Amino acid sequence: MDIQQQVREFITRNFFVSDAAGLTDGASLLDLGVVDSTGVLEIIGFLEGTFGLAVEDDEIVPANLDSIERIAAYVERKRAAGASGAAPRT
Amino acid sequence: MNPFQSVQRWPAAVPQLHDYLHATAARLPDKVALVCDGRRLTYAELEARSNALAHALVRRGVRRGDRVVVFADNTVQTVVSFWGVLKANAVTALVNSQVKTEKLAHLLEDCRPTALVTDARHTAIFAAAAARSPHLKSVIISGPRDAARTAGLPAVSDWDAALAAEPADAPPPRQNLDIDLASIVYSSGSTGDPKAIMLTHRNMLTAATSISTYLENTEDDVILDVLPLSLTYGLYQLITTVKVGARLVLERSFAYPAQVLQRMVEEGVTGLPGVPTMWAILTGMESLGGYDLSRLRYLTNAAAACPVKHLLRLHELLPHARIFSMYGQTECARGAYLPPEDLERKPGSIGIAPPNMEFWLVDENDRKLGPNQIGQLVIRSAMVMRGYWEKPEATAERLRPGPLPGETVLYTGDYGRLDDEGYLYFVSRMDDIIKSRGEKVSPKEVENALVDIPGVKEAAVIGIPDALLGQAVKAFLILEPGVTRSVKEVQLECGKRLEAFMVPREVEFVPDLPRTSGGKIKKSDLR
Repeated sequence: MDIQQQVREFITRNFFVSDAAGLTDGASLLDLGVVDSTGVLEIIGFLEGTFGLAVEDDEIVPANLDSIERIAAYVERKRAAGASGAAPRT
Repeated sequence: MNPFQSVQRWPAAVPQLHDYLHATAARLPDKVALVCDGRRLTYAELEARSNALAHALVRRGVRRGDRVVVFADNTVQTVVSFWGVLKANAVTALVNSQVKTEKLAHLLEDCRPTALVTDARHTAIFAAAAARSPHLKSVIISGPRDAARTAGLPAVSDWDAALAAEPADAPPPRQNLDIDLASIVYSSGSTGDPKAIMLTHRNMLTAATSISTYLENTEDDVILDVLPLSLTYGLYQLITTVKVGARLVLERSFAYPAQVLQRMVEEGVTGLPGVPTMWAILTGMESLGGYDLSRLRYLTNAAAACPVKHLLRLHELLPHARIFSMYGQTECARGAYLPPEDLERKPGSIGIAPPNMEFWLVDENDRKLGPNQIGQLVIRSAMVMRGYWEKPEATAERLRPGPLPGETVLYTGDYGRLDDEGYLYFVSRMDDIIKSRGEKVSPKEVENALVDIPGVKEAAVIGIPDALLGQAVKAFLILEPGVTRSVKEVQLECGKRLEAFMVPREVEFVPDLPRTSGGKIKKSDLR
């Protein structure tokens, strides 16, 4: 399963999506009301646990986390940069 | 009401909440009042748009005293709507955008609004609820609208078109008195049935004056608000800003703390109201020191008690900012505040009465108590609500006769204690309301949602201590024989019915629950 699919699966399993048709890969999770402030913390926990990333305070911004495709792209960038150095955990 | 007196001949003699906007727009027309969603609105623009919305509402059949529900996030339109509804001589009901369809339908049935102002983003929630509300005469929707999904609703119009068609230079004539309702605010009650708190113009004028006085707000303030406007704590940020001619930087949430901090630096924020969860996140951020927050003049904490250690840590990290620890409930806006200079001298205290309020403690026989005795907090002030909307029994329980003939005072349902200097300490709630992330959660409301889930036989919900949330919601469930359910399934099912902050964070499946001899669930044994 690619990263984008894994992220989508996590979102649909963990959050109630009232507008399933609206949950496109590019849709804003905040706009859709899918995540709130504790939801963002859950997403960070998922990224750290599943992909072994260390999410820095200043990376917790909508540009990295507010849609399925943004999250996937962020994971790709972090992996490419090898920023964490930790092996992915599954 | 006498129809011949439908317009106030001397409007200046009838103070109304929206006079704050009118006066500030006249004094500082070109000053930026609101920064939100990447937009900057001046006081003159805010005045003009709210005038236009008021006319649009009147044209759509909104009459004096009618309720208008505003169902939206913290957006420019929500701010314009708040003032516009008041100018239409109507009553604002700002509803949290996290509310789900069933609850929204219930609220619409409860307050029977004539108009609904909302945002296309929430179509999946409001369309079905609004279609079931026979009292709605019109729906005004901002943002790109899905015509097919809103087709069945009464008199739907687009926000931009509705405002553009109206005069913006003056509001409709004033009909209300200052003792008329300005707002109703929905809050979770211990019965699980949401109740609406009725606030008059005079209630809100008194509260705004009191709060802005002790916070020493001036037009140089830039206040950052991440709290929903649907909570009075969030709403009063808007009102006090407009009262003193300051600037409001309105964010939709605190989901992205780094972005909020960046906005604080860019806008030179001087005031930051928050809840304990925010302070826990901020004090845990290693990068906090990298943001230039030198203009920050004060922080306020309310909605739930903040651990003293967080407050002292904040004081260490931001030594130039004064920290106000406050206590309040929607029924009276604020009940107490701790002057910042007392923070270290009176750790854990919620302080003294704000200006134009007094309080005392009583025992179960309604006798006044002296220092160091625990009793129910009673509040006397013009800030105290008019009552609960169409709930006379619940109102009579809280509003009881005061010292003057005919007046009522607020029995808060909170236990407190006064020290020898009259400083107040919060002890506990009389009911079992949970405070999670600064929001009130009714265990009953969560239990009702839980037993709605197929396979769940019985449910009991309590609050458990949580470092981040203050309290987290924990559910104990008895399942029907032969049924298995996972924690995640239960949480997702709850998410369909409840706002996210009400969804149990912990779920434990149990064979039985501790009970009293009368068969009632004994929650004290679950804690």
